[in-house]
Amino acid sequence: MLWLIFALLTGSAALSILWPLIKTPRGLSQGATEVALYKAQIAEIDRDAAQGLIAADDVESVKADAARRLMATETPARTPPKGRGSIGRFAVPAAAFAAPALAIGLYWMIGSPTLPDLPLEARRAASPERNELMAAVAKIEAHLAQHPDDGRAYEVLAPVYLSMGRASEAVRAYSESLRLLGETPERLAAYGEARVFAANGAVDSEARQAFETASAKMPSLAKPRFFLGLAAEQDGDAASARRIWSALLAEAPADAPWARVLRERVAALPDGASPAGADAETQAGPRASPGLAAKIEAMPETERAGAIRGMVERLATRLAQNGQDLDGWLRLVRAYAVLNESDKARAAVSDAKRNLAADETAIGRIDALARELGLEG
Amino acid sequence: MIVETGHYALVLALALALVNSILPAWGAASGDRRLMAVAPSASIAIFGLIGYAFFALTYAHVVSDFSLVNVVENSHSAKPLIYKISGVWGNHEGSMLLWVLVLSLFGAAVALFSGSMPQDLRANVLAVQSWIGSAFLLFILLTSNPFARLGAPPLEGNDLNPLLQDPGLAIHPPLLYLGYVGLSITYSFAAAALITGRIDAVFARFVRPWTLVAWICLTLGIAMGSYWAYYTLGWGGFWFWDPVENASLMPWLAATALLHCAAVMEKREALKIWTIFLAILAFSLSLLGTFLVRSGVLTSVHAFASDPTRGVFILAILVTFIGGSLALFALRAGGLKQGGLFAPISREGALVINNLLLTTCCATVLVGTLYPLALEALTGDKISVGAPFFNMTFAPLFVPLFVLMPIGQNLAWKRGDLIGAAQRVAVAFGAGVVCALAIAAWRGGPVVSVLLSGLAVYVIVGSFADLGRRVFASSANVGTVVSRALGVPRQALGTAFAHAGLGVTLLGLAATGWGAEKILVMKPGGRVAIGAYELALDSLFSRAGPNYTEIVGKTIVSADGRVKAVIEPATRFYPARRMSRTDAGIATLGLGQVYVSIADPGENGAVSARIFWKPLVALIWIGALIMAFGGGLSLSDRSFRIGVARRARKVAALPQPAE
Repeated sequence: MLWLIFALLTGSAALSILWPLIKTPRGLSQGATEVALYKAQIAEIDRDAAQGLIAADDVESVKADAARRLMATETPARTPPKGRGSIGRFAVPAAAFAAPALAIGLYWMIGSPTLPDLPLEARRAASPERNELMAAVAKIEAHLAQHPDDGRAYEVLAPVYLSMGRASEAVRAYSESLRLLGETPERLAAYGEARVFAANGAVDSEARQAFETASAKMPSLAKPRFFLGLAAEQDGDAASARRIWSALLAEAPADAPWARVLRERVAALPDGASPAGADAETQAGPRASPGLAAKIEAMPETERAGAIRGMVERLATRLAQNGQDLDGWLRLVRAYAVLNESDKARAAVSDAKRNLAADETAIGRIDALARELGLEG
Repeated sequence: MIVETGHYALVLALALALVNSILPAWGAASGDRRLMAVAPSASIAIFGLIGYAFFALTYAHVVSDFSLVNVVENSHSAKPLIYKISGVWGNHEGSMLLWVLVLSLFGAAVALFSGSMPQDLRANVLAVQSWIGSAFLLFILLTSNPFARLGAPPLEGNDLNPLLQDPGLAIHPPLLYLGYVGLSITYSFAAAALITGRIDAVFARFVRPWTLVAWICLTLGIAMGSYWAYYTLGWGGFWFWDPVENASLMPWLAATALLHCAAVMEKREALKIWTIFLAILAFSLSLLGTFLVRSGVLTSVHAFASDPTRGVFILAILVTFIGGSLALFALRAGGLKQGGLFAPISREGALVINNLLLTTCCATVLVGTLYPLALEALTGDKISVGAPFFNMTFAPLFVPLFVLMPIGQNLAWKRGDLIGAAQRVAVAFGAGVVCALAIAAWRGGPVVSVLLSGLAVYVIVGSFADLGRRVFASSANVGTVVSRALGVPRQALGTAFAHAGLGVTLLGLAATGWGAEKILVMKPGGRVAIGAYELALDSLFSRAGPNYTEIVGKTIVSADGRVKAVIEPATRFYPARRMSRTDAGIATLGLGQVYVSIADPGENGAVSARIFWKPLVALIWIGALIMAFGGGLSLSDRSFRIGVARRARKVAALPQPAE
């Protein structure tokens, strides 16, 4: 049905261009209109004179004016318009082909043909569970609209936002809860984390400050330390990252689910001799997944995985629209590798290379990453 | 499915507009009939496609499809249906879509109703219209796409700005755009005439009805907007000299001048340069208005959707189209043939003065609007040029215009008789003086108001003086009078009504001087007298609307102990946007109005109230309706239909607003 409408629209547009070939045009030359106009004008002068709008002794001279103009038009010395055998026979069909081609090309770039209509009623009917969650969110939001000073409500809402992929709203909710309920290390860490998600994985200075404060207040808390390590890594300071993460690993409980992943992460740092706590298992295991920033955080709360996938999808959509973002591509390839979706990762590598074909250093960096992640071949 | 096909239709419209920008103009230049003949069918198809896209966006708003960014940002599932529909153009993206829809509507109307036009002129007109269309479609698709989608749609939207949740939004922008954007067609005609190099009566004859259509819509749109501001902004004013209001007033002044000028050009082949220039100017001012409103350089009640990044794009469009047309104008203006000659004192001469005054008015408004912006850009100082500036500059220009209007109507073409004309308006002048004296004796009041009402009466009577004299001339026989009255050309009748309408508006404006205003804190049971009326605040209570809660102050208006009206001024709170707006309570009594707006309900059950008595205020808008009616009468005149051979066709029909 969708494609039928696309076809109908395209067809009618092409038809509108081809119309003059289907129905031979009958146009009026300038001369014919002018003659008619001035004749009408002369008649009108009589009408105006009868109404007293033109003085009686002026009627003749005004008429003479119009008649002069009439005579000037009656000898059109213009070349008669061409019909058959002209350039139009080729230009018109060419345009009828070019216009839809242009439209399809442009729509391909900016449209989302796979996205169906999503009327609210239908969405409500389709997913009652999600609907319940959303209804709960809406209820809390309505409550907050009336009682904007209820910090507890913000605290409940924030992680839900995060799991729904609405990271920037999560940031706002956490900052409200910080303001209303006061700073605790956990709250600061959660706030920072939301900021990182909202910034597509980048640790900005605000987030970093939150982690530093949290870490200073409660040094045993793992989350801020992990992100501080990530911040160091993003700054290119691999040594600090290794130091922070190694210390974290050394203190980690033996059964901490994130410890193994973090070890791999440390191993992947540049010049990565394995850290003190790393065991043989990691060394021998497949070097599949460095870059596990998000996944570690996902471990304690499984819902987080949804949020991460949402983020990755958004990144992919953005890159599909604008492929000139090298860092974006690198992040996407890494993310797919993390999610163990090596087919998609490979596809992203080739997409990235196609988009950035003109940029040799970019190609080099993409290849290097693909090698590093074992995505070749 | 509907949403994405609408998006595609919009893209397709752009592609078609690009084709239509090139082929017909090429055909007109090379004399190729086939290429020229692409223009009408393509123009109609462009309108169809944009219409479909507009329908798709409307559908998305109606069903609350929150996968569209535009719907999320401007709609709410609890919003009443009418605001879901009018909310489509109550935001930047949607209003730009309405803009191009109206643009394409005029293109399609020319394609359908101008069969008697010379083919090359029509091809060029439609090509120029498509240039404008392409530029704005590109602007929409690249910077303000209403069809941008969200992967993870939220379950609720941000609602529409409460100031815009009003029936006014359903009517005002479409009407205003029909006028504003309708002037694009006069621009296209001027550009086409410059390109073909034939600037003559044919051009003037075909451009006039379109100017008239645009002018009627613009008149109604401005009046509607002013009434809307009057009852929702809550401080009783109806015109604020706000830059956005000025942005619509300037094209109106230019269009009014153009309307008069084109008449001279058509009948007498004079004032050609002026006509072309005004046609370009009118639309350039429309574009300027679009730039001011849409780029966010202003911050006013209308700047509900501003984004500075878009400004540059519109500025580029503005510079291209104004600059391009003026360059073309400079190139061709030298080669114009001398038209019909006329004496200084003649209908033509009077219309020249009208033009000078109107364009000067336009220039003062332009200065008053742009000066603060320029100053802010250069020095960073923020100043506001308000009513005092405009009253000082605008009024001295408009008063002579009013004085000369009836005289001009009584002058003959080519060579007029000033003394004769003055004698003919003497009755009107007498009526004005008598009226002013009577008012001064009866009411007293501000001298300006007395003088202006005298002037208004003079204009109203003077507008009909000429017609009356002709209809009732010497013979008192009823039969002759009736047949003469029926024989009056509708154009002349239209002129009389339009001029009289202006007089009626002036009377309404003059009467503001006798109004009264009180600001006080009222409690239920409180009473206050204003004008000849007594107001009692009966009760204060809160009430829930579909997406707002309101506090209503039920007020009883009575005179001489009898209840005249019950009004319910309210202050509304919209939780989705956390914004309030007032809803004035207005009782129309005769032609005057009692206007009450309440605000800040306090803890102790009291509200602060602004109460106005505005005598004859309704005349301001009634005058605008009369002006538009006059325009409509003139449009229906048979002289606008031009018969060529047997293919007589209507040149102009009033286009219906789409959707």
